[in-house]
Amino acid sequence: MSEEEEDYYLELCERPVHFEKANPVNCVFFDEANKQVFAVRSGGATGVVVKGPEDRSPISFRMEDKGEVKCIKFSLGNKILAVQRTAKTVVLPEKRSLKLLKSQNINVNWYMYCPESSVILLSTTVLGNVLQPFYFRAGTMSKLSKFEIELPAAPKSTKLSLSERDIAMATIYGQLHVLFLRHHSRTSNSAGAEVVLYHLPREGVCKKTHILKLNRTGKFALNVVDNLVVVHHQDTETSVIFDIKLRGEFDGTITLHHPVLPARSIQPYQIPMAGPASVTSQSPVPCKLYSSSWIVFQPDIIISASQGYLWTLQVKLQPVVNLLLDKGRLMDFLLQRRDCKMVILSVCSQMLSESDRGTLPVIATVFDKLNHEYKKYLEAEQNYTMVVETGQSRSNPLLKRPVRTQAVIDQSDMYTHVLSVFTEKKEIPHKFVIAVLMEYIRSLNQFQIPVQHYLHELVIKTLVQHNLFYMLHQFLQYHVLSDSKPLACLLLSLESIYPPAHQLSLDMLKRLSTANDEIVEVLLSKHQVLAALRFIRGIGGHDNISARKFLDAAKQTEDNMLFYTIFRFFEQRNQRLRGNPNFTPGEHCDEHVAFFKQVFGDQALMKPTTF
Amino acid sequence: MAAAGAAQEKQFPPALLSFFIYNPRFGPREGEEEKKILFYHPNEVEKNEKIRNVGLCEAIVQFTRTFSPSKPAKSLHTQKNRQFFNEPEENFWMVMVVRNPMIEKHSKDGKPIVEYQEEELLDKVYSSVLQQCYSMYKLFNGTFLKAMEDGGVKVLKERLEKFFHRYLQTLHLQSCDLLDIFGGISFFPLDKMTYLKIQSFINKMEESLNIVKYTAFLYNDQLIWSGLEQDDMRILYKYLTTSLFPRHIEPELAGRDSPIRAEMPGNLQHYGRFLTGPLNLNDPEAKCRFPKIFVNTDDTYEELHLIVYKAMSAAVCFMIDASMQPSLDFCRRLDSIVGPQLTVLASDICEQYNINKRISGSEKEPQFKFIYFNHMNLAEKSTIHMRKTPSISLTSVHPDLMKILGDINSDFTRMDEDEEIIVKAMSDYWVVGKKSDQRELYVILNQKNANLIEVNEEVKKLCATQFNNIFFLD
Repeated sequence: MSEEEEDYYLELCERPVHFEKANPVNCVFFDEANKQVFAVRSGGATGVVVKGPEDRSPISFRMEDKGEVKCIKFSLGNKILAVQRTAKTVVLPEKRSLKLLKSQNINVNWYMYCPESSVILLSTTVLGNVLQPFYFRAGTMSKLSKFEIELPAAPKSTKLSLSERDIAMATIYGQLHVLFLRHHSRTSNSAGAEVVLYHLPREGVCKKTHILKLNRTGKFALNVVDNLVVVHHQDTETSVIFDIKLRGEFDGTITLHHPVLPARSIQPYQIPMAGPASVTSQSPVPCKLYSSSWIVFQPDIIISASQGYLWTLQVKLQPVVNLLLDKGRLMDFLLQRRDCKMVILSVCSQMLSESDRGTLPVIATVFDKLNHEYKKYLEAEQNYTMVVETGQSRSNPLLKRPVRTQAVIDQSDMYTHVLSVFTEKKEIPHKFVIAVLMEYIRSLNQFQIPVQHYLHELVIKTLVQHNLFYMLHQFLQYHVLSDSKPLACLLLSLESIYPPAHQLSLDMLKRLSTANDEIVEVLLSKHQVLAALRFIRGIGGHDNISARKFLDAAKQTEDNMLFYTIFRFFEQRNQRLRGNPNFTPGEHCDEHVAFFKQVFGDQALMKPTTF
Repeated sequence: MAAAGAAQEKQFPPALLSFFIYNPRFGPREGEEEKKILFYHPNEVEKNEKIRNVGLCEAIVQFTRTFSPSKPAKSLHTQKNRQFFNEPEENFWMVMVVRNPMIEKHSKDGKPIVEYQEEELLDKVYSSVLQQCYSMYKLFNGTFLKAMEDGGVKVLKERLEKFFHRYLQTLHLQSCDLLDIFGGISFFPLDKMTYLKIQSFINKMEESLNIVKYTAFLYNDQLIWSGLEQDDMRILYKYLTTSLFPRHIEPELAGRDSPIRAEMPGNLQHYGRFLTGPLNLNDPEAKCRFPKIFVNTDDTYEELHLIVYKAMSAAVCFMIDASMQPSLDFCRRLDSIVGPQLTVLASDICEQYNINKRISGSEKEPQFKFIYFNHMNLAEKSTIHMRKTPSISLTSVHPDLMKILGDINSDFTRMDEDEEIIVKAMSDYWVVGKKSDQRELYVILNQKNANLIEVNEEVKKLCATQFNNIFFLD
């Protein structure tokens, strides 16, 4: 792939909806609600073919040619067909009755309906710039407060000044927005058109919130893809994107945004040849982009009626990485995108690579942004679990399990895709490796996310590989590497190359307070029999330990006095627990008793005390 | 002892009588003995006496080697003084002669009688002091052998003279104790998050200053991070806390620690300043000379510039390769990068430390007087010693008790096993020494009427509160 090709950050979908192109005998209609294309041949007499992007099997039927079709639509679920042939009548092919539910009397210039949000906008007043929204829900229609669109300059005449072509409605980050394409800025000093965003809430007033600066003039079209506002410019055959969540210039009420990336064309598109592959030997034909026959629908649909295609517009994230050099801003951008995970992980890998290495402050910023998102999810999950566990979920039917989006990059993702690979690379200085690992651990801690032990192991492995034991020692001293049994065992295994690891391990086992058996084992393996016994007595566990185990260890030391001490301790325990110093057969201490007698004589055995 | 009697007595603390360094290989033939002597203090001593004293030491070492080839004599006890021998590099001997403490009494006829206290000095304490002399020399000059390679005996003699002439004046033999044996490092207690912030700071500084090889970070004269290996850090820590930092305390107390660059435009207000190197960065003539130190002398033998930079209570040591000469530009850059960040970090640490103190309730005066030392990480903690000054280390207990601590330590050294020693001192104090694996703990209890069991219980209580997060057998 050439550099240039990688640059295109917008593309048309790979599998468009293909339909018979518009011509004098074939009329094409698009229904925004169902996203269906209707190809009506000869007024329907020779066939109507209906296709949508989701349903791959088209619906075909015939109907009588009763004149020119002005509009044709299915109801939701394709149950009822409605055909409009004159300005004032709608025909339903089967006999159905319609019921008037509610009526409003308003002078309307034009209307626009947004199926996603079930909101209709009506253009009112002479200039047409006062918009009245209505919201449909469960058979009711509620009137929302009307608002006025600020026109570029004081209109000279009293004719309609706001065209429906310059208005779009779309849901951006879960909120309904009205987008107004203003061809000339209100301020004379800034040339170029702009898109003004009005936030239209279900309740409350509609407010102007964002202005997207286009810095150019001419013919534009709008799409909304993955919460990004895409503005196509026909004259230059390029498009720009805006992200209203990225930081812009905020003046107290309105945020001013500039394009996230430099303008680029949509990626060149090859029209696949129709028919079976064996028949068509010709190479695919390049598709004319930004053609004047393109019609754009919300949120992400582009139709070429002359070529007979319906595409959805898509954002490609990989090329963004090379265009957006500020890594912090890049992360802010990527974290809001739907399919961001692998791209984010590749950005992380890239900034740690020797050739493209980021500075530590940049790396820290990226980690913080990732962990901020990760923490938000963990918190939501925790709250959800708590509500469910405490039984409050019944009183709160709206409660939903938080959705884990791709923006949640957890420790395991980072470990698998980035850090474990990174630490294996020989050419990277170990100082940098350790700094990066510590930075990631720092960031997790900052967001109070418990660090998984495999990250700690990675740190230890790296330090041990480079003989940086004193560094390791200091990290453990300040509990940067959290206590755990696996970690303590790992330390024990390091004792032969770094003796202090023994002490570090024992300390850790002690702090865990659930590893007393392990402590005894460690001490016995070091022939510290007395220390082991004192430890187990200190925590009050000496009545339950195996005498044989301790006597074995004592015998191995070949220190007779130690053996005597240990033997006597257990005789006293037997006396205390059973009123008799002798060992029971179940304790399997016969050989030790024999050894004791052999070394110290029969008379040295403790006599049972009788009362 | 009656008050009247005490008034007539005069006590003399131990004092340095002489200190010399020689190499028997340098003048093996008769008449060439003077060549052996590389350094002799006091220099005024007559030549023949110098030769005699060196010869005596040589003879003692040789003689005792017959009995113990691998461990020749470490010290020689006489009525008036004690001599300590140390061979830090092959055939290079350092000898320190310390006069025993003495009491001058007046007999009935008014004649002064001097009584030497032969048993007062602890071998281990002064042997350690002697070893420290070498370590300190090596830190700033490299090994003896290196000096020989650089320019023969002449250069070595010059270096020894230059270094020890000043250093011996700072020895203060009267206040040496158990802590000199340990040569430990006091670590600053800190929560994980603040510690990680410091890590992050150090890594970022090392990256942006890019010539920094090692960094050490201290707060309140206590260590938080060392990029140097343990042994090198140990001696550097000693230098910083007993020499460099105390020298800068007075200007700080005098309020001269104010942000001197506050008035400079474009510069963030900060409290950073160099403790080594340029005093005034605005002076274009300012000298950027930093002390040189030598580390890892056993293998890689690295020569470094020591840059010590401090903001409020936080001090950071940047060590850069000696082949790089830090310019005034570099110092200004360091100041502008490190200064503001270190100032913020220092106040973060202070704040966090106070919060932690309040939570753990450790702000109350410690009820126990104790010294703790861990051989593994050299961690040292003492509630007996007040802050060290360049001249004296103040202790809050009687020297007799300090001596008992030293004796217990000597006992511990002889034994490999864990053990515990409880001593009832003459002055009604109880002194407890505990050794568990590589750790040693010494406690002084002022409970006149307590019995052995009660003392044991008290120490257990102390361990439970102070050392509950380590494996310390009781």
